[in-house]
Amino acid sequence: MIEEREVDLLLNDLLEVYGYDFTHYARASLKRRINRLWSLDKFPSFAEMRYRVRTDPHYLKRFVEELTVNVTEMFRDPLFYKTLRTEVISTLAAKPFIRIWHAGCSTGEEVFSMAILLKEANLLHKSLLYATDLNSEVLEVARKGIFALAPMKQYSENYILSGGKKDFSSYYTAQYGHVKFNEELAGKMVFSTHNLVSDRSFNEFDLILCRNVLIYFDKALQERVLTLFNESLGPLSYLALGAKETLKFSTLQPKFKQLENNEKIWRKIG
Amino acid sequence: MAENRIINHCQVVVIGGSTGSIDVLLKLLPALRSPLPFTLIIVLHRKNTADSTLANLFSLKTSLPLKEVDDKDVIVPGTIYLAPADYHLLIEKDGTFSLDDSEKVNYSRPSIDVTFESAADVYGSSLVGVLLSGANADGTNGLVAIKRAGGVSIVQRPETAQVAFMPQQAILSAPIDYVLDVQELISFMNDLNQPGRVR
Repeated sequence: MIEEREVDLLLNDLLEVYGYDFTHYARASLKRRINRLWSLDKFPSFAEMRYRVRTDPHYLKRFVEELTVNVTEMFRDPLFYKTLRTEVISTLAAKPFIRIWHAGCSTGEEVFSMAILLKEANLLHKSLLYATDLNSEVLEVARKGIFALAPMKQYSENYILSGGKKDFSSYYTAQYGHVKFNEELAGKMVFSTHNLVSDRSFNEFDLILCRNVLIYFDKALQERVLTLFNESLGPLSYLALGAKETLKFSTLQPKFKQLENNEKIWRKIG
Repeated sequence: MAENRIINHCQVVVIGGSTGSIDVLLKLLPALRSPLPFTLIIVLHRKNTADSTLANLFSLKTSLPLKEVDDKDVIVPGTIYLAPADYHLLIEKDGTFSLDDSEKVNYSRPSIDVTFESAADVYGSSLVGVLLSGANADGTNGLVAIKRAGGVSIVQRPETAQVAFMPQQAILSAPIDYVLDVQELISFMNDLNQPGRVR
């Protein structure tokens, strides 16, 4: 088990040597992930793990990728997606152009889910989906639009529960245990690295989705990121968070109004 | 067994369970003294739907404050907290919860081990860990961590569990202070932090 003091040393190394600032990540989860890597990669001591992180840029990539959580699904929380269809996307339909930001998109499952919603609302042609993440490796996966076949059954059920009426498999081609989603969907996506801890706003959006990312941050960093989102949202645009995330601890709460069905979607009113 | 140990400084009781544990909680919750002189955290294996049916069910059984955890909720003494579906539940040193949707542990999210280990790290000897009925080996490593940090470990008596596997695994691989049936567990919890009571 790693000690608090050693966590501090590692985080300081990541910041000093590489410019990655994890000091405002939620500590308990971060510590658990460092312990997990320590045992997965079989370091005999903390000193050896620290030396490897400091001196081996290839290992650093793995370390940062494993430190951050990259678990994601298509149409996770189907009722959330149903609300996107009925309340949010229908409201955005009148706009000449729709800009959406997936902040912390990981391997892109949610971006493809959103593209499917837009396609079914006949809005994909005038939409642009910006998908960003801290890790360039996961963005490579997202950019290819190729996912494992195994979870498609679950995703298909989620899709139907979200109000999907088509055959989910019509959106992809399956081959050798993998599926590739139709080019039309990926054609409206822009992938780029962006670090919510240190980078700034880069556009104005009609909808920002950042689901299950803020849970890894402490309250101070959550506030910074929510401020960044607020600056990146036009009037009456939407912010969507994860099922257990909330604005209730933020000073920005008065500027936003949660949708009436209590899904974790807020509209910017102030 | 830690016979005759006076447990008068318990901050948190954390209960983990899987198949067959909801029935135990439906008996336990209405029998707890009010106000509760510690915080109770419950981690159950459950379906990964985001509804709050289970929290509503438990709320009907107790007059104590009961809440399904949101990210960064402040831990209030005397409250019962339920780990939400599909997230690991962790505890921060500043007395708040944090959630984590990383890989399943022991095929489970929430994982009992994850919460037990995190609670052991924060509460040390003022933590009591209780493992109930279940068909999974989750919780055993967590009880080991709780004991290592100086806390108290309890399992449901396997013969009284709907599924004996989980408490049995813990008895085989972790140091266990008390093996209790449901009535004994209720008495144990109601004796916690009661000056003059000796167990």
